Amino acid sequence: MNNGGGLFLDVILILPFLLLIVLYISAAIMSSRSRHLQKWPVHRSILFSLGVVCAGSAVIGPLAEQALVDFRAHMVGHLLLGMLAPLLLVLARPVTLLLRTLPVSLARKLTLFLRSSYVRVLSHPITASVLNIGGLWVLYTTDLFHMMHEQLWIHVLIHLHVFLAGYLFTMAMIYMEPVAHRYSYLYRAVVFVFALAGHGILSKYLYASPPSGVPKSEAETGSMIMYYGGDVIDAVIIFLLCLQWYKATKPEKMTEAHS
Amino acid sequence: MGSNPLFSKRNVWAGLLFGIGLAAFLDETIFHQLLRWHHFYDQSTTDVGLISDGFFHAFSWFATIGGLFLLADIQRRDGTDWSRWWGGVLVGAGAFQLYDGIIQHKLMGLHQIRYVENVLPYDLVWNISAVIMIVGGVYLLKRRQKKEDPSHE
Repeated sequence: MNNGGGLFLDVILILPFLLLIVLYISAAIMSSRSRHLQKWPVHRSILFSLGVVCAGSAVIGPLAEQALVDFRAHMVGHLLLGMLAPLLLVLARPVTLLLRTLPVSLARKLTLFLRSSYVRVLSHPITASVLNIGGLWVLYTTDLFHMMHEQLWIHVLIHLHVFLAGYLFTMAMIYMEPVAHRYSYLYRAVVFVFALAGHGILSKYLYASPPSGVPKSEAETGSMIMYYGGDVIDAVIIFLLCLQWYKATKPEKMTEAHS
Repeated sequence: MGSNPLFSKRNVWAGLLFGIGLAAFLDETIFHQLLRWHHFYDQSTTDVGLISDGFFHAFSWFATIGGLFLLADIQRRDGTDWSRWWGGVLVGAGAFQLYDGIIQHKLMGLHQIRYVENVLPYDLVWNISAVIMIVGGVYLLKRRQKKEDPSHE
């Protein structure tokens, strides 16, 4: 690859990611000045920045370049873009921040949109799981993976989908923000197990039948990165989902029960 | 010591879930990672085996964490009944190991316990220890039930 042009292009591509971080932190500072609002916690700005860096490093720079020729790097990139970045960003609660920073009229419009049937269908745990895991099955078991390396627009579209679907999935499983259409903990847990199973089955399937053009040894390592890396991040999501249940079901008469 | 009948079933469930999770977790860490006896993938794996493995892996991963949260919930309500919980753990772990040893290893060809000429001794130890765990768990649960008020079920 040509290094000079590549580097210049990378610098240009980094700008929107930097802009996102700047916007988030400005919103955090501005909304914290308001008298009737609590201070926006600093750790959320850190989570958000880390999330953006994870997503960015999957599409710009050395890892992204290596991912074009090496299936293992491709898998690490996808874990960052489709799982870790979404988790960090969801934990940073960007929608809540946006709602409290926007002028009231705009915030109302956003709330109306979040309550719309469109968002309801999209953020349903099953829809989110199918978009997320189903999308991966389509990518790795059809010619799409090969086409991705030929056409730039397909490449961009797929990476956008991997990120958005990962975000949607994480958001639909752990409710960090004001969610209009809620599903029970058990319901989400059951859907989650199916999604995790779909992810694990695909990982092992890729071990033996990789996409065309991927060498056997790269496929085997890549498949294990997907399997175990996915497990680690999913364990965090499971932990958070259980923790939310644990807090929500806290017995009201704790002191009485102890006496 | 609290043996609140309201929580008796919950203790068993919390134990069962954690037991299934624990067996799967030990299987992964000891036999896959430390000893390297199990293989990540075996060419003989059937499609059903792959799907079964995927679902059991996902379920047990959730069950390990969820089971511990259930236990914490019973604890904070002063409802913990350790012999019921341990009974559940043993039955859960034994049942998972037996399913893994008979159905997944043997019928679905997932992978063998160890890649040696004669795998029979390994299979025997694996499955007999699973049965012992189930029997031990059922014994704990039965013994606990007898001690309870006979009018309760």
